[in-house]
Amino acid sequence: MRADNSTTSSGPTGVGNAPLVEVVGLTKRFGALVANDNINLSVAAGEVHALLGENGAGKSTLTRVLYGLSQPDEGELRVDGRAVRFGSPKDAMRAGIGLVTQEFSLVGPMTVTENVMLATVGLGIADRRAARASVLEAASRIGVGVDPDAKVETLSVGERQLVEILKALYHDCRLLILDEPTAVLVPNDVHALFATVRRLTASGLGVVFISHKLHEVVDIADRITVLRRGRVVATQPAVGLDPATIATLMIGSDLARLPEAAELVGLPTTDPVDDVSAAPAAGGVAPVLAVRKLSLDADGVRLLDDVSVDVAPGEIVGVAGVSGNGQTELVSVLSAMTAPTAGTIHVSGVDVTGLDPLGRIRAGLGRMSEDRRGCVVPGLTVEQNLVLEDIDQFRRWGFAQRRRIRDHTRRLMEQFDIRAEPNDPIRSLSGGNVQKVLLARALSRRPAALVVAQPTRGLDVGASAYVHEQLRAVRDRRGGVLLVSEDLDELIALADRFVVLYSGRVIGELAAADATPEALGLLMTGHRSLRSPATPLAARAVSGCSSAGASSPASEEEF
Amino acid sequence: MNISLVAVLAATLTIATPLVFGALGAILGERAGVLNLGIEGTMYAGAFVGFYAADRSGSAWVGLGAAIVAGAAAGALMGLLTVSIGVNQHVAGIGTTLGLVAACDYTNRVLYSSGTQVRVPKFTRLLADIDIVGQYALTWIALLVLAPFVWWVMRDTGAGLRLRAVGENPEAADVAGISVATTRYVALICGGMLMAIGGAFLTLALLGSFTIDIVSGRGWVCIALVIFGRWGVWPTVAGALLFGVADALQLQLAITPEFGDVPNELLIAVPYLVVIAALVIWGRGIRYPGAYLRPYRRA
Amino acid sequence: MRLVAREHASPWRTPGAVAAAVILTFLITAGPIRGSGASPVTAYRRFLFTPLTSSYSLYEVLLTATPLLFTGLAVAVAFRAGYFNIGAEGQFLAGAMGATVPGIHLADVPAGLALPLALAAGAVAGLGWAFLPAWLKRAAGIDEVVTTLLLNPVALLLLQGLLNGPWRNPTSGFPDSETFGPGYRMPAMLGDRVHAGLLIAVVLIAATVVVMTFTPLGLRIKAAGQSPDAARFSGIDVTRVQWTSALASGAIAGLAGACQVLGVQHQLTGSIAQGHGYTGIVVATLGALSAIGVLFVGMLLGLIGVGSQNASLVLQIPPQMGQLVTAVLLLTVVSCLAMRQYRLVRRRPPGAAES
Repeated sequence: MRADNSTTSSGPTGVGNAPLVEVVGLTKRFGALVANDNINLSVAAGEVHALLGENGAGKSTLTRVLYGLSQPDEGELRVDGRAVRFGSPKDAMRAGIGLVTQEFSLVGPMTVTENVMLATVGLGIADRRAARASVLEAASRIGVGVDPDAKVETLSVGERQLVEILKALYHDCRLLILDEPTAVLVPNDVHALFATVRRLTASGLGVVFISHKLHEVVDIADRITVLRRGRVVATQPAVGLDPATIATLMIGSDLARLPEAAELVGLPTTDPVDDVSAAPAAGGVAPVLAVRKLSLDADGVRLLDDVSVDVAPGEIVGVAGVSGNGQTELVSVLSAMTAPTAGTIHVSGVDVTGLDPLGRIRAGLGRMSEDRRGCVVPGLTVEQNLVLEDIDQFRRWGFAQRRRIRDHTRRLMEQFDIRAEPNDPIRSLSGGNVQKVLLARALSRRPAALVVAQPTRGLDVGASAYVHEQLRAVRDRRGGVLLVSEDLDELIALADRFVVLYSGRVIGELAAADATPEALGLLMTGHRSLRSPATPLAARAVSGCSSAGASSPASEEEF
Repeated sequence: MNISLVAVLAATLTIATPLVFGALGAILGERAGVLNLGIEGTMYAGAFVGFYAADRSGSAWVGLGAAIVAGAAAGALMGLLTVSIGVNQHVAGIGTTLGLVAACDYTNRVLYSSGTQVRVPKFTRLLADIDIVGQYALTWIALLVLAPFVWWVMRDTGAGLRLRAVGENPEAADVAGISVATTRYVALICGGMLMAIGGAFLTLALLGSFTIDIVSGRGWVCIALVIFGRWGVWPTVAGALLFGVADALQLQLAITPEFGDVPNELLIAVPYLVVIAALVIWGRGIRYPGAYLRPYRRA
Repeated sequence: MRLVAREHASPWRTPGAVAAAVILTFLITAGPIRGSGASPVTAYRRFLFTPLTSSYSLYEVLLTATPLLFTGLAVAVAFRAGYFNIGAEGQFLAGAMGATVPGIHLADVPAGLALPLALAAGAVAGLGWAFLPAWLKRAAGIDEVVTTLLLNPVALLLLQGLLNGPWRNPTSGFPDSETFGPGYRMPAMLGDRVHAGLLIAVVLIAATVVVMTFTPLGLRIKAAGQSPDAARFSGIDVTRVQWTSALASGAIAGLAGACQVLGVQHQLTGSIAQGHGYTGIVVATLGALSAIGVLFVGMLLGLIGVGSQNASLVLQIPPQMGQLVTAVLLLTVVSCLAMRQYRLVRRRPPGAAES
């Protein structure tokens, strides 16, 4: 595999002699780390060029350079064949490049119009009316409806992503970079997004579509470039792609990691343990975690509505749902960070509803929240963070017994393969190791029930596989796991049973055998039955595009 | 008990003037995400520099101009500390206040060591004969020109939009091409200028002279007023007027026979307590600007 | 040129940064010192070295440092837990007033009882002054910066009001209180002036070191102060930790005021308000919020305080220079420490060959 431009070369399609945007010999370093190494990439007008790679392969760095948030150490950017230099996003926008990231760059308390005009508004009087008209016009160009006076913080995730796209269109972008746009969308919304992208390329825009999900990208891309460890390992047309080959390109031809490659591609994993964990014992066995009629109201909004979920010993229950439908609130209530308005939580039969985090830990509930940074104290050492939940256990006459603590720490670090020293400041650890620390802390008391949220977000495939192994280990020793994740692949690979949240309610349950991405996706968009009307915002965009089953654009089902 | 309502109203406007200047200055910085605890020192510097320049030049207007320059410099210092260097905002503010107060007191001692009080040319009230309307020009400027202007800028101009974006979500503002650092610097410098005018009002309008401790905590009151007013211009101005009423009332009460025995100081404390009480009653569940106290570095 | 974050902070940078800060302070204050007709080098010699040359002035340094050790510790304890107590000045004055109550109203109590009584009264008064802002934060989430700050001028006004009114000395007619009863004198330690308050301060500092390093409570305080969310998630009651620290902070600051009035003036006067509470913030910050740091920096600022008094007598430099040096030192140190993490990078033009 030559680490330069392509294995199968095929010139850029599209109009004109020069590609719309080109990257030549791009290199970017952060200290000793070479994030981008001699990268060549070109995108033509009207083309969807997918950029694939694992987390850490260099996609984000390349994106930041393209958008002017970062300057290359070597190499050149070209627009319409001319070399350009972007000192800031403003330069990139002026050259016609737009960016939509996973973390939306939106100011919550401001309206859609204000957010859209933010980048080009001068210092003088802000002409809201003209901007408003432009927003409506851009929206109709891609066939979506939007309320320009709505405050962004009241919009759903899919709607906010659309605002981001409108922002780019407002600034006359000719190349739109979409960074992991499907990470927060449900299958139906993904179809809607693809329709939007097709409409954009039909009008001559170029699109760079960044993802690490190969099976989605195959649908939309014209050409694909694969990055690994900062280098381009392949550039080919999307036609006639062999997913397995591409997956191997993404993670290297390492036979030992082929199962991970299979996970990447979405092929079923040959996991013998799956057979052991049968359907949960219905009746007769007391659940390790019993959530009954849990409700949460805040500011007059019902965030959780009568949520009931049981986790039996020896099972992993997956909680699926589009981001923003109550998962964060559910985990927050279970972690005792938020008090519920109604309902009960029992751990191994003990009522923990009124207990604070310490009480729940003592009752046998382990927790891993999705916000890694919010669970770790950066100024403390690895050891101090590991015992933070447990510190009273090591107290005698008011003092901390340091030798006992050190033994405990060493044991945990060995067991969970944490690559560091106990006295290392925790901020010097990699993301994967921090996640292992949190896992070790959550599991160190051998909890009867474990609540985890987004456990592998941002981790590379190796660390993810390790975390999955640990979760299965909990199940194997007859503990129970409630796994909340926005990654359908992860849920399907791990869960024995599925529960789907929509608008704060449990809208459906599925056994593993019935849980296909389509079935889950339908539940996640609020459809109890298999009839499939379109989702609210992208209603008009879906017409003519096939999703699972017939589409009727006009109707919406609300529950 | 005979309290002159007219006198109270007249005094309210005068007393509120330095608070309005200071609070407007604080709003600019805080709306951009920076808490400027250097306000007490900035007002002090405005008072002293204004006094000194008026003394040397023989003109109160020159004094005012010099105070504005001093305020801009103080704001730039806060910008350097909190925006460029990234020092904790509380520490930077307290340090700036301590430094400016010490510098002014030191300079005062060096230049005016004789100990006799120096009188400087001062502003006079306009229409001084008419009771409530007879206020200093600066009072009218604060209430009728600057407050509406700041309100309008925040609401209807691109500059205000960008400043608010920086204060709510600096990452989003950066991506939109707005320089977070420049915006915060500008907000702090303009804010510093306003704060210094508030201080200069004390020496160049009210007192006609300079004494140590002339600001006596008014800067802190401004910070409280801004939170009480939830960073909105008009609620904050209302808070300043509330403090003014309380202080004016206290002045009147001090000369009535019923309250004559109560030491002056306890009455002077009343307005501060009123502000604290206002915070207690109305201060719950406030939504701070998103980036309040957060320094920003492009990752 | 831009600032770029380093990957690792080398351990040598901290002493380097502090040294740079000290030099910067000297350079910045040199001009104003010349403005009063003195040579900066001579002035700094008077600030930093002259007080160490005689035992009398050494005792003065210890005496001057005593209230700073207290207030610095009080502020450090609060800041460490994440509670920004800027009201140490008011709590200090409250403590002084608190100790005055038994001092003049229970004047005949013998020493064995009088001192503990007055000290306890001072600590309780300081705690009481810290109570309202702490409770407002605990019960209603109201920011403590504003509430503690506002109570400082109120404390000063209360002090002046009491001295001008009910506590005014009937014999002299000055706005000072009566002299306290004979039992209300702190025993002297070194020389004639250093009083037992210094010992109390050092003991408190030692106790703080022990608690922070060797107890679970110390770990909880550190976690709560650095990452309240992470601490809460791990079962630490952050609100309670901050509440306790806030009250402890107030008590220590109140104790400072009590010791000062019992050990130095033996009566309450307006001159007790010297801004010790604000200087305590400087001490705590420069001492990196650690108790040992407070000990060293408190001594240093005491040294500068005595030195600047000396310089004002001998070189005619107004004593406010000491406060200016302190403030500039604070700003330069925190700035240089913050700059440790960055280095200047010249922006390379695009396409330049790798060197």
